[in-house]
Amino acid sequence: MAEKVLLKGNEAIAEAAILSGCRYFFGYPITPQTEISAYMAKRMPKIGGVFLQAESEISACNMVYGAAAAGARVMTSSSSPGISLKAEAISYIAGADLPAVVVNIVRAGPGLGGIQPAQSDYHQATKGLGHGDYKMIVLAPSSVQEIINLTAEAFDLADFYRMPVMIIGDGMLGQMMEPVTFELPEGRKLPEKTWATNGTGMKRPHNVVNSLYIQPNDLERIVLERNKKYQQIQETEAKAETYCMEDAEYMITAYGSTARIAKNAVDELREQGIKAGLIRPITLWPFPEETYKQYVGQVKAILSVEMSLGQMVDDVKLAVESKVPVHFYGRCGGNIPYPNEIIQKMKEIAGGIA
Amino acid sequence: MKQVFKKPAALCDVPLHYCPGCTHGIVHRLVAEVIDELGIEGKTIGVAPVGCSVFAYDYFNCDMVEAAHGRAPAVATGIKRTNLDNIVFTYQGDGDLAAIGTAETVHAAARGENITIIFINNAIYGMTGGQMAPTTLPGQVTQTSPYGRNTETQGFPIRVSEMLATLDGPAYIERVAVDCVKNINMAKRAIKKAFTCQVEKKGFSLVEVVSTCPTNWGLSPEEAMNWLRENMLPYYPLGVYCDKTSK
Repeated sequence: MAEKVLLKGNEAIAEAAILSGCRYFFGYPITPQTEISAYMAKRMPKIGGVFLQAESEISACNMVYGAAAAGARVMTSSSSPGISLKAEAISYIAGADLPAVVVNIVRAGPGLGGIQPAQSDYHQATKGLGHGDYKMIVLAPSSVQEIINLTAEAFDLADFYRMPVMIIGDGMLGQMMEPVTFELPEGRKLPEKTWATNGTGMKRPHNVVNSLYIQPNDLERIVLERNKKYQQIQETEAKAETYCMEDAEYMITAYGSTARIAKNAVDELREQGIKAGLIRPITLWPFPEETYKQYVGQVKAILSVEMSLGQMVDDVKLAVESKVPVHFYGRCGGNIPYPNEIIQKMKEIAGGIA
Repeated sequence: MKQVFKKPAALCDVPLHYCPGCTHGIVHRLVAEVIDELGIEGKTIGVAPVGCSVFAYDYFNCDMVEAAHGRAPAVATGIKRTNLDNIVFTYQGDGDLAAIGTAETVHAAARGENITIIFINNAIYGMTGGQMAPTTLPGQVTQTSPYGRNTETQGFPIRVSEMLATLDGPAYIERVAVDCVKNINMAKRAIKKAFTCQVEKKGFSLVEVVSTCPTNWGLSPEEAMNWLRENMLPYYPLGVYCDKTSK
């Protein structure tokens, strides 16, 4: 068995990226994700990789675009305000069909907001960060161990589908220390990067990495083609964890670190005689709709718990087509929901129904 | 029959979309000739900007990447860092390089990033139809300075070569023009020196090419060349602003 080590969430992302073959990291400091940059700055020069602190998040993400175009496994990380700046390059990465991994250790917003944990970038991540019709796979780990597995998966997904993949966490997850092992899941079989702009070597016609199509019919064809890929991803890559759902009458749903708090609430509610269960989306896009649909006839109500004013709750309502009452409980501003708050809310819902 | 003139191999055999009298065609040719002469086409990656030369990715035979507006030096940095033996150049206009992309330009220069920038300065935004550029001259009439650039409210033009030459990072910076045969030859020499500087891993190189935009200046190609000589060259003197290539 692999050795257990105690690691912060942010450091786990960095080490897992390196173990997944990422050798290029372009970043810009911002709390609460700076440990990722610091770790990369220390490790990359020792293993022949590149760590570069750019002049802005805009530049960092455009460097990612360049390195991805050249065929490299490349990553950048930031937190909410910085992700807004990376939006431009992420749209270009999607538009040019390039693989890249972007980490968002979310902090409370809007504006400069605060530096404490939040989940208020859900809409930004899943509904389109930059301009244009495009999607990004969004992975939401809820433990440091899961961070490691999903970071490895993120690079494979990016290369497999040639698209940006976001790992979304929050300040709590990034700063939390947990014992982990680095047994990476077996990777996918990946296509060769024959499209990369790394020099023709005078052996092939020139490759062009581009997102500009000036003729409407050309652009429509390409956007539709890319949309087929998105549909395939929606059908095959959606993932969720279910907990105590077999006989559940009430569903709590939450992702990331909030899901761990919600799990405690489920246990406590069951001790008090309320049959609660949890669905935790692991992929925020594609949203695991099918998992929710399974419980439409079974549960009496759903409670979405988030560190926001209610964003994922919209997708939950769509998934169950509003056939089940969907409630919301959230904290914001950098505050974390407590189990007793969730229990209280669930009891109110259950009482109201009974 | 002896062939005395041909298209450089590094240029694709396609018609260019540029306006009659535009100097982009001349500069494209000079860059392609240099790539041919140095024998580097197979390991060269070009980065196209947003602006009139946005379609440069269809004109050069080497691998090409299209960048977001102003971000070409950052994109070039990302490409270059993945393989230091590759030759990476950007081709950018004044709006792209000296307005929206100022930070990317200054910091690529400050890092001494071993890339080559070909900077086309024609004192106007061409593709969007002739708006004021960061290099538009005081008093110059454009669509967004219809009464002439007023330096009290619209500030002063940026002399990019002089500004970047104050940094320790760059290895070679020269300003050239393409208004006459003599200057075109000088421009070719400068572009070749810039690429050679990169091949020899000596660091950041930039060639500023003072150019014309007859369409948006509202002049005939010949009048535009005269306007360049009479108005631009006094404000943007030609010459070498930084040369550490012999070190």
